[in-house]
Amino acid sequence: MTFELICFYVFASVAALAALTVISVKNPVVAALSLVLTFFSMACVWLLAQAEFLAVALVLVYVGAVMVLFLFVVMMLDVDFSVVREGFVRFLPVGVLVAAVMLTEMLMMIGVRSLKTPVTEDPAVLAGMSNMEWLGQTLFRDFLLPFEIAALILTVGLIAAVTLTLRKRTGTKVQRPGLQVMVKREDRLRVIKMDAVGKGEVGP
Amino acid sequence: MITLAHFLTLGAVLFCIAVAGIFINRKNVIVLLMCLELLLLAVNTNFVAFSRYLGDPAGQVFVFFILTVAAAEAAIGLAILVVLFRNRSTIDVTSIDTLKG
Repeated sequence: MTFELICFYVFASVAALAALTVISVKNPVVAALSLVLTFFSMACVWLLAQAEFLAVALVLVYVGAVMVLFLFVVMMLDVDFSVVREGFVRFLPVGVLVAAVMLTEMLMMIGVRSLKTPVTEDPAVLAGMSNMEWLGQTLFRDFLLPFEIAALILTVGLIAAVTLTLRKRTGTKVQRPGLQVMVKREDRLRVIKMDAVGKGEVGP
Repeated sequence: MITLAHFLTLGAVLFCIAVAGIFINRKNVIVLLMCLELLLLAVNTNFVAFSRYLGDPAGQVFVFFILTVAAAEAAIGLAILVVLFRNRSTIDVTSIDTLKG
């Protein structure tokens, strides 16, 4: 057993245990933190598969952004979690049964097909470049249009999230800069015609 | 030495854990969203493993796009969740049946 394989087993078991914690724990904050641990362990597993860029991206995007968003929402919403936990025990046998059947089928498939797969050298190293260069060459040569569409999807997601949660409060006083800029002289200034008054006289 | 079977088995185990999680946490939308992220992570692991062992960078590019879409999905899903909680004061899936005939 090589050092690589020992590392793989350690990371894989940590990831699986953390995933079990995610689905079984009562407190959603603990579930979110366990999900962070799962993502981190899987990033380490991806590193063992020489997918360095994706491993770093997984940590940055998921642990850095998505899971913080999850924690933020969990802590912001005042949810009564004893109510949403009803039915946990009732659906437990069904869930375990379905998962066990699926796992058995998948493992049979994997056992037949892939044990003969020869272990090759890292394809990026064979091509004489780093993983990032290998990935970037393909991404920007063959997948340029999908890359830009992905950027568009992120923009749409951003705008959708903002417009969904934006809320107009009634009864608050706010500045409206658009109206302030559009204002004309006639709206603010009124010129009144009046008679000139002499010295010592009191005006109207 | 790590073979393809190791990665595929790990992906299958994670996928099944996530499916079981969807079954047993049917009422809690937050944990449901977390299980979706786990499903995507398991699928991504398969993509990375096949990309590594077949020597094809397209698999890793696909993982890149899945990460993008999953991030957008999580953002919009959580935004919908916040709006839902604001309007109904609950995130219980079974009580959201206004459209039921």
